[in-house]
Amino acid sequence: MSLIFSAMARIFFALMLAVSLFLLFRGHNEPGGGFVGGLVAASAFTMLALAENVSVARRALHLHPVVLMGAGLLLAFFSGLPGVLSDRSFLAHWWFEVGSLHLGTATLFDIGVYCVVVGGVLCLIFRLYEDPAQ
Amino acid sequence: MAEFFAQTALLWPLGIPIAAAALCAALWSSPRAQRTASMAGLVLTLVASLLLLSQVLSDGIQVKQFGAWAAPFGISFMADPFGAAMVVISSLLALAAGVFGFADLRQRQVRSGFHPLFQGLTVGVNGAFLTGDIFNLYVWFEVMLITTLGLITLDRTRAQLDGAMKYAVLNLFSTILFLMAIGLLYGVTGTLNMADLARVLPQTEASSALGVAAMMFLLAFGIKAGFFPLFFWLPASYHTASIVVSAVFAGLLTKVGVYACFRVFTLLFEVEDGGIRTIVALVAAGTMLFGVLGAAVQWDVRRILSFHIISQIGYILLGLAIATPLALAGAIFYIIHHIIVKANLFFIAGAIHRATGTYDLRKAGGLMRSSPLLALLFLIPALSLAGIPPMSGFWAKFMVIDASFRGDAAWLAAVALFVGLLTVFSMSKIWIEAFWKEPPRAVERVRKVPLAMTAPIAVLCAVTVAIGFNPEPLIAFAGQAAETMGDRALFIAAVLQERHIAGATQ
Repeated sequence: MSLIFSAMARIFFALMLAVSLFLLFRGHNEPGGGFVGGLVAASAFTMLALAENVSVARRALHLHPVVLMGAGLLLAFFSGLPGVLSDRSFLAHWWFEVGSLHLGTATLFDIGVYCVVVGGVLCLIFRLYEDPAQ
Repeated sequence: MAEFFAQTALLWPLGIPIAAAALCAALWSSPRAQRTASMAGLVLTLVASLLLLSQVLSDGIQVKQFGAWAAPFGISFMADPFGAAMVVISSLLALAAGVFGFADLRQRQVRSGFHPLFQGLTVGVNGAFLTGDIFNLYVWFEVMLITTLGLITLDRTRAQLDGAMKYAVLNLFSTILFLMAIGLLYGVTGTLNMADLARVLPQTEASSALGVAAMMFLLAFGIKAGFFPLFFWLPASYHTASIVVSAVFAGLLTKVGVYACFRVFTLLFEVEDGGIRTIVALVAAGTMLFGVLGAAVQWDVRRILSFHIISQIGYILLGLAIATPLALAGAIFYIIHHIIVKANLFFIAGAIHRATGTYDLRKAGGLMRSSPLLALLFLIPALSLAGIPPMSGFWAKFMVIDASFRGDAAWLAAVALFVGLLTVFSMSKIWIEAFWKEPPRAVERVRKVPLAMTAPIAVLCAVTVAIGFNPEPLIAFAGQAAETMGDRALFIAAVLQERHIAGATQ
């Protein structure tokens, strides 16, 4: 891979992850959210896989993509449980004011979606880019 | 505590498998932990579904709005006796498959993600049975499609990819039709909630858009359920999957299509409208006949059984074609009996494979001597499938055929009886070839069928026999379920009056 691409990939990787987190939390009241944020984060890892190789990207992710998917789904599931206690209805969300921040269990749900999307997309992409000879 | 579970009974048959699927995926590196989580999930789902059924029987239709948004706007989930019974049967079958998997699953298949995918399939199936929103039903169909593709290609062999391809293309076509039909329906009525549609549609002027939508629903569910002449994908793909997966597919997937068909054509459309009854009747006859004829020329146990799924679907469809309360009750009885019997026959095919090393009947043989218990266990679902008197299949066939005679459709009854005869032929073919005949090659050593295989088979056989010798409760239940299913006012009242959980805003 070209030197420029691999040098820039490191910087862009960090930038894209930051942007994906911004999108995730922006999705609260404005366009954005877990799904879009997750896609941006997944493309950050994809870029790393293209610039270096898949094993570098796998190491950067630390977790196996399927584990990330499972953890995200579990988080999203648990975010729906408080509503069962209070309203007897799954995914009826609780809200808190933390300073000026309006946070709730819906935020947890979105973080769960973020993890599922990152895991799901990377599951495919790592497999496709992996060199079978390695 | 009991009150809490009574109020939230509808959530758990969906919530538990979702949590189990997530947990299995999160435990990716440890197959043993995955199996524990999966089994715990299956047992809890069965308990939850039984709770739901008892709740439905004591308190009537259960309704929940996820996220507590009020009814026509939020997504409703509802459980009537038919839906709740389907959830119970599918959870029972899933648990049986889980136990069977102890003996049948190979390490490689678990490493390819059997457990998360299997739990995901349970989520999709239960979701489809419990949803009260037509678009949400589409979402559950997609969940099923994705997990199904993963499960078919578990071994990553060429044959499986081939089967998965055929499955994917036809089923994607069906979901696209389904989606377009939903779009048309929404364009005409402006709502997707099934109970709301049941309220709005009778007041809506009949238009070509509605007629087209109804036909597209029939076509889309027809492909899913394996109706004649759209069934050819089914025998081309089911036998390629591993036998646990095939058994679950055989028991559940086509029945979800049939279930959706029953929902749409009792709650939203009438079968009397626009000649749908004639089409359904012809399709039912064709499905019965061509399914059983297809089976006659096959030698692979799994292929024979796959073709029989189709012919049995025809009997269930017969209920919709007649559409009297009696016929619908017969269809509900049939569907419950059929799920158990069909999945059980696939499990037995797996056991035959374990004992003889082949699915090909020409190469198998001698099982009567080497595993007499298996022979007995085969006989029960096989006779039941063919409709021989003491078994559950007799009552099921009796109810739909009786309803056809009373519904002035004697020709359909004649087809059904003739097909029953051919079913006996197919079952006796498996019996003679695999059990009676001397093994064609010298047997080096007799392979035992493990307990983890015989136990679920025996339990499902026991259910069949229990229904067969004491059909009265199930017949009464089917009658009640059919009555509820046909009564739109009940659904409208249950779903749209349900305001107290929306934070008492009304």
